[in-house]
Amino acid sequence: MDGYNTWTIAEARDNLKAREITSEEITLSCISAIDGADALGAFVHKTPDEAVVQARSADLLLKQGDAPSLCGIPLGIKDLFACEGVPTQAASKILNGFKPEYESTVTKNLKNAGAVTLGKVNMDEFAMGSSNETSVYGNAVNPWKFLDKALTPGGSSGGSASAVAADLCLAAIGTDTGGSIRQPAAFTGIVGIKPTYGRCSRWGIVAFASSLDQAGPMCKSVRDAAIMLEAMCGFDQKDSTSSENPVPNFEAMLTGNIKNKIIGIPREYRLDGMSPQIESLWKDGADMLRSAGAEVVDISLPHTKYALPAYYVIAPAEASSNLARYDGVRFGRRANLNAGESITEMYERSRSEGFGNEVQRRVMIGTYVLSAGFYDAYYNRARKVRSLIKKDFEDVFAAGIDAILTPTTPSAAFELGKLETADPVEMYLNDVFTVTVNLAGLPGISVPAGLNSEGLPLGLQLIGRPWEEGDLMNIAHTLESATGFVEKPVKWW
Amino acid sequence: MSIDRATAARVAKLARIKVDESSLDILADEFNQILGFIEQLNEVDVEGVEPMTSVSPQKLKRRMDKVSDGDQQERVLSNAPDAREGFFAVPKVVE
Repeated sequence: MDGYNTWTIAEARDNLKAREITSEEITLSCISAIDGADALGAFVHKTPDEAVVQARSADLLLKQGDAPSLCGIPLGIKDLFACEGVPTQAASKILNGFKPEYESTVTKNLKNAGAVTLGKVNMDEFAMGSSNETSVYGNAVNPWKFLDKALTPGGSSGGSASAVAADLCLAAIGTDTGGSIRQPAAFTGIVGIKPTYGRCSRWGIVAFASSLDQAGPMCKSVRDAAIMLEAMCGFDQKDSTSSENPVPNFEAMLTGNIKNKIIGIPREYRLDGMSPQIESLWKDGADMLRSAGAEVVDISLPHTKYALPAYYVIAPAEASSNLARYDGVRFGRRANLNAGESITEMYERSRSEGFGNEVQRRVMIGTYVLSAGFYDAYYNRARKVRSLIKKDFEDVFAAGIDAILTPTTPSAAFELGKLETADPVEMYLNDVFTVTVNLAGLPGISVPAGLNSEGLPLGLQLIGRPWEEGDLMNIAHTLESATGFVEKPVKWW
Repeated sequence: MSIDRATAARVAKLARIKVDESSLDILADEFNQILGFIEQLNEVDVEGVEPMTSVSPQKLKRRMDKVSDGDQQERVLSNAPDAREGFFAVPKVVE
């Protein structure tokens, strides 16, 4: 093995620009890593032929010397992004056979930046889940192992996380509605950032909860995340919520200088019964930032406790509206009808056969909280609580806080199947530290910070001011350098 | 607030998802677990708080009301489970 697949984006870019290597060589190295990694369940629709064609045109551009920022860099694409002519089914049976006639803005931006796409990666069905166990393709598996246990890579962007951690690609794109980039990044020892709501266009991304969904990069380093985010985001006429704010050169903002930055430690994130290992990791992270010149202060975000319950009203409500389009008429899978069955039976059976249990549950919860008589009690109340959660953050930022440090997840990766017997709420608790960020529309990044006593990675999350991803990634980059996390999973697949 | 079989069946109907009679009790139980969790929101004082309508304070952009796309019938129909003579086909809805 040549091992080019283990490179970071920055390493590959520099070698490509220096003409030390071709994109075709790096791409072939990834393709061969992907073919040897079916046990991880990460890549679910492979597009090696397209990838090689893209790599060859990237090589041509590189030869001409006017290569864009991601020229020749092979990536994994979450199955939520529409890619023209490539199966795109949000890991759901209901989109079996769907091949979009159009390209999502984010993947179009990446392709315009010269990226090579290796194929679609696994995820929870419609991005609803925290363990990648609700996918129609079967589980994605974490390349990290404890004893002989098969562990979850987290979710919903579990395939992206597994693929990056196992070096099947240089980086991948994920989406994050309640923690779906940051939680899997933490579980697999990689970096994942959810940008400010509106940074990335949502056009062509299968919608889950439109007021919360954002795309973001999942990478091997903060520098890679900065390079990739810049290429992905920007204003798009096709998404009315995408922002016209200028996109800075994020990589140039990674100076390593965080002197006089003020980092907040929110006391409400210290949960009862939290693992002492996570507690000490959190404290170590704060000490590292202090040593690097930042000031660390205790802060309060009083409505934190209500973020998850508010999320589990708002997200299902939006999902029930968004998923109404899967009716077996215009695209996707229609149930086989018996003679005489009506159009209502067609809708009901197509949706019952096509959606998995968790998706059905959330659509129905959403239908309930939006239904006459309950709209005010549930949906409107949750939106008011959301305003209060956002105000908690506005208050601490107004008081001078630059970024907030928290653990990314309440535990390390758990065993696949563990949640099968749990009630639905137990799975939801995985997002307790991440979901506030989506509700407030803020940027949040998870950085690998160490291994627990079982040898599994743990992540720390930094939350930034809106539109200040550059500043946030600079702090994350400083934390990353201080932790010196370089561990990789031992190959068993 | 507790959800019974009849309410579960009504919600399934509204959501246009077929649920077998035999699964209704389990479904009602799951709804109750989730709604029990959501009930915590009643502890919050929301007096005078506006419900959030947009997470970032930006105005929706306007554009000219004119055709910018179209004439792609074949591509629009290309993923239909049943398309005939340029239309989406469904079971008979009018007697």
